[in-house]
Amino acid sequence: MFELLGITPQALFGQLLLGLINGSFYAMLSLGLAIIFGLLNIINFTHGAQYMLGAFVTWALLHYFGLSYWWALPLAPLIVGASGIVIEKVFISRLYHLDHLYGLLLTFGLALIIQGVLRNNYGISGLPYSIPPELSGGQNLGFMFLPNYRAWIIVVSVIVCFGTWFVIEKTRLGAYLRAATENPTLTGAFGLNVPLMITLTYGFGVALAALAGVLAAPIYSLNPNMGAELIIVVFAVVVIGGMGSILGAIVTGFGLGLIEGLTRVFYPEGSAVVIFVIMAIVLLIKPAGLFGRTA
Amino acid sequence: MAADVQKSADVTPVTDRGAKGMSTFHMLIFAGLFVIGLIAPFYLYPVFLMKILCFALFACAFNLLLGFGGLLSFGHAAYFGAASYVAAHAAKVWGLTPELAILAGTGAALILGVVIGSLAIRRQGIYFAMVTLAFAQMVYFFSLQAPFTGGEDGIQAVPRGHLFGLINLRPDFTLYFVVLAITFGGILFIYRIIHSPFGQVLKAIRENEPRAISLGYRTNRYKLAVFVLSATFAGMAGATKALVFQLASLTDVHWSMSGEVVLMTLIGGMGTVFGPIVGATVIVTMQNYLATWGAWVTIVQGTIFVIAVLLFREGIIGVLSKWLKKPL
Amino acid sequence: MNRTGLVLAALAASMMSSAAYANDINIKIGVLNDRSGLYADLSGEGSVIAARMAVEDFGAAEKGINVEIVSADHQNRPDVASTVARQWYDEENVDVIVDVPTSSAALAVNELSAERGKVFLVSGAATSDLTGPACNATTIHWTYDTWALANGTGRAMVEQGGDTWFFLTADYAFGHALERDTSAVVEEAGGQVVGTVRHPFPGQDFSSFLLQAQASGASVIGLANAGGDTTNSIMQAAEFGITQAGQALAGLLVFITDVNALGLETAQGLVLTESFYWDLNDGTREWSQRFADELGTGNKPTMVQAGVYSSVLHYLKAVEAAGTKDAEEVVAMMKEMPTDDPLFGPGEVRADGRKIHDLYLFRVKTPDQSEGPWDYYETLSTIPAAQAFRPMDEGNCPLVQ
Repeated sequence: MFELLGITPQALFGQLLLGLINGSFYAMLSLGLAIIFGLLNIINFTHGAQYMLGAFVTWALLHYFGLSYWWALPLAPLIVGASGIVIEKVFISRLYHLDHLYGLLLTFGLALIIQGVLRNNYGISGLPYSIPPELSGGQNLGFMFLPNYRAWIIVVSVIVCFGTWFVIEKTRLGAYLRAATENPTLTGAFGLNVPLMITLTYGFGVALAALAGVLAAPIYSLNPNMGAELIIVVFAVVVIGGMGSILGAIVTGFGLGLIEGLTRVFYPEGSAVVIFVIMAIVLLIKPAGLFGRTA
Repeated sequence: MAADVQKSADVTPVTDRGAKGMSTFHMLIFAGLFVIGLIAPFYLYPVFLMKILCFALFACAFNLLLGFGGLLSFGHAAYFGAASYVAAHAAKVWGLTPELAILAGTGAALILGVVIGSLAIRRQGIYFAMVTLAFAQMVYFFSLQAPFTGGEDGIQAVPRGHLFGLINLRPDFTLYFVVLAITFGGILFIYRIIHSPFGQVLKAIRENEPRAISLGYRTNRYKLAVFVLSATFAGMAGATKALVFQLASLTDVHWSMSGEVVLMTLIGGMGTVFGPIVGATVIVTMQNYLATWGAWVTIVQGTIFVIAVLLFREGIIGVLSKWLKKPL
Repeated sequence: MNRTGLVLAALAASMMSSAAYANDINIKIGVLNDRSGLYADLSGEGSVIAARMAVEDFGAAEKGINVEIVSADHQNRPDVASTVARQWYDEENVDVIVDVPTSSAALAVNELSAERGKVFLVSGAATSDLTGPACNATTIHWTYDTWALANGTGRAMVEQGGDTWFFLTADYAFGHALERDTSAVVEEAGGQVVGTVRHPFPGQDFSSFLLQAQASGASVIGLANAGGDTTNSIMQAAEFGITQAGQALAGLLVFITDVNALGLETAQGLVLTESFYWDLNDGTREWSQRFADELGTGNKPTMVQAGVYSSVLHYLKAVEAAGTKDAEEVVAMMKEMPTDDPLFGPGEVRADGRKIHDLYLFRVKTPDQSEGPWDYYETLSTIPAAQAFRPMDEGNCPLVQ
């Protein structure tokens, strides 16, 4: 059967594995976005720029402070997450009483500013950042050569995604968060500091994006535009998964990676557009997305 | 969704005038703008002015959908760009005269609007917007792949031709007045749509759709109708632009073009009559004069977005309208 | 529109006594390229500096030729390039546009220049169509083109034993053209194209496509893409151990700024063709040092920037010889006069507008071989001018048929 498809089983598995690796990025990015939208009802268009900032901070930590990748892993998300908190406090919190549209436009504007400033200062060609020596090299799996770094990406993604899902859906903290966003007044009346939780949640979502950026820094071109085209794909993933659903974002993220991987084998030119075709189909059949709750 | 938009924008509703047609005040403003339009090419570069006109029409068409229909489309570049390609192809390969080429482009946008609109209308709010985006991305992909669009080269060397087979449109000056007529015609037509019984029903649907349904209106039909109208006029703007610049390229169908028209409408004033015209003028002028600054254009545009959303949600005309206490 | 005005005449006049000639010629040169995007490093401000240096070295002021240089950013888009060119020609009396990287932009400016009867000296763009179906009497394609690169790199690698090829092609018109030209050369030289994959443009992750290239078993993976796509492909090929496993990478459009961005560790062993290298000989070294001092970023000049210098210099010589700035006359004179400058050596401009000079096959040095910053290339061979470019009768240029 495989021969009919024009590809050997080994090659197919190799492509699927690669697809899964890409899916990890999609999953982590859309997880952050889904948290921010699902819990806060903010359409965070700055997400792509914050992913890019994560990569840039990683480079800056090495370039200016000599701090290696392993320092960047916790620090970059913290730094960018903190910047996210500032953004939320200064800009976004003024828009909660308004239509979604304004939050989207504001965050889109912020993304343009961030990208423009970095482009002015660092150019667009990309900055060099090598794979940390502990993670270089790879394993010959028989059907393909898997770089250690790519395996690392999957491991980190799965842990982070599962961990986040667990915290939000299964722990008390998560329950408080979900309550706060469903009914802020009532939850506030119970004594919970709702604005603080909202701010921290936004910061966490942004930190997730930045973490994806740290992971991307050694293997993808580190330039100010790296998040720009990615952001609409990530949006599509979140919409397909169901805009309020954490699990939906994770599953769809990995799923899209796989589908994109397959498309790259059979119709590579279309691999950039397949996500939108799927999104259109899903939205027309199941309007709230695959795992969504409200129509 | 746009009910919140209107309330928070806090602009005196334009459609309060009902179906009485054009108010005297607006008539005067349109006349004034037209006179400015007649004089301007003697002082400013006509091609620059024509760009403003085309985008003014594009923004008005978008505003019809967003400000008056209450529907946010993320993919309006699809109609603008598709019409641009069809008009360019019609003028260059089929050898049609310019007015027929523009008609062909507009027609293509209309068809595309019907197809995408009928699918998108089934959803509300952000989902509606995402469906429009998905389809716009597909149009972009198609434009990239299809041989007739020329890929990233676009369709170049589009002949301006002879209007009705008689008037040579190659001189910028002559073409300017034709473009002025087309865009003004389009904008006035949009104005007429807003100030009509149809416009009244749209307003009702935008403010309280379930109530409109309960009153017996087939809201989906109205929403589809305004979508198609908006797409058609966006197409007319795109087709005209193709003849002005003698070029149709991927920029016209890219999602950043969709973003730009949102910015123009936002800055000018959503739900106002003259807002999009002002917004288009501001953005096109800014791009023109800031282009030397390279990446600064992005920064400035982003800053304008942020400031507009935080402080000037009503847009320039919205603020002016509040100050004058008259609908604009 | 947008311009950085630089009035050399005023500068020269204030610095030296001006012996005013009775009939001064005023020339405005427009340097149109990418100043903020992907190709800003290989063209950008450097090209403006190169143009300025050409005007100074030519000694325009003493010869009664007043030159003004303006510049603009076309953002690698044909619509922006077309708009700027249109405004420059119609409103600002620009006489000649130079540089213009990105083939789609160059084609648009080419069209407009022909229509307006203005000179167009292309240095940055690659498409060989500019001296083919799109050729005209006022355009000269200076530095390189897709055919020359395909011929240089393709033929050389086949002759060295890389006779099976797999193409990684950017899915847009330019990528297809590059793949097409190189395939033709490979097959003519006795090689075989075993497969090709088209990736969306622009791309970010090429692992999937590189894996397909690896599975094909081809001895050479041809990268028919440019800019960020090329550097990403090369980086990821190293990551997946493709080059270590024995397959060679052929960069079909690689500039020294790309090698700089990649670093020698990643780019070592890459084979490529260029028409200029700063460290080639004393002439290039001396000029490049002057250029680098002016630019001030530490970057050495690319062949595109060198081409701007060379083309502007020859243009000014032709204006002086012809005594006019009329486009067709000047370009005819440029074709009549042989060229010679320290950057490209002796050469000429053919009837189809193609500038001829030697090309060089380079290989990127290993980190050990490199003795300092920008010491990146070792010269594998020199391709003589007569063989480096597509024969005039094969181009379908209307001017020569």
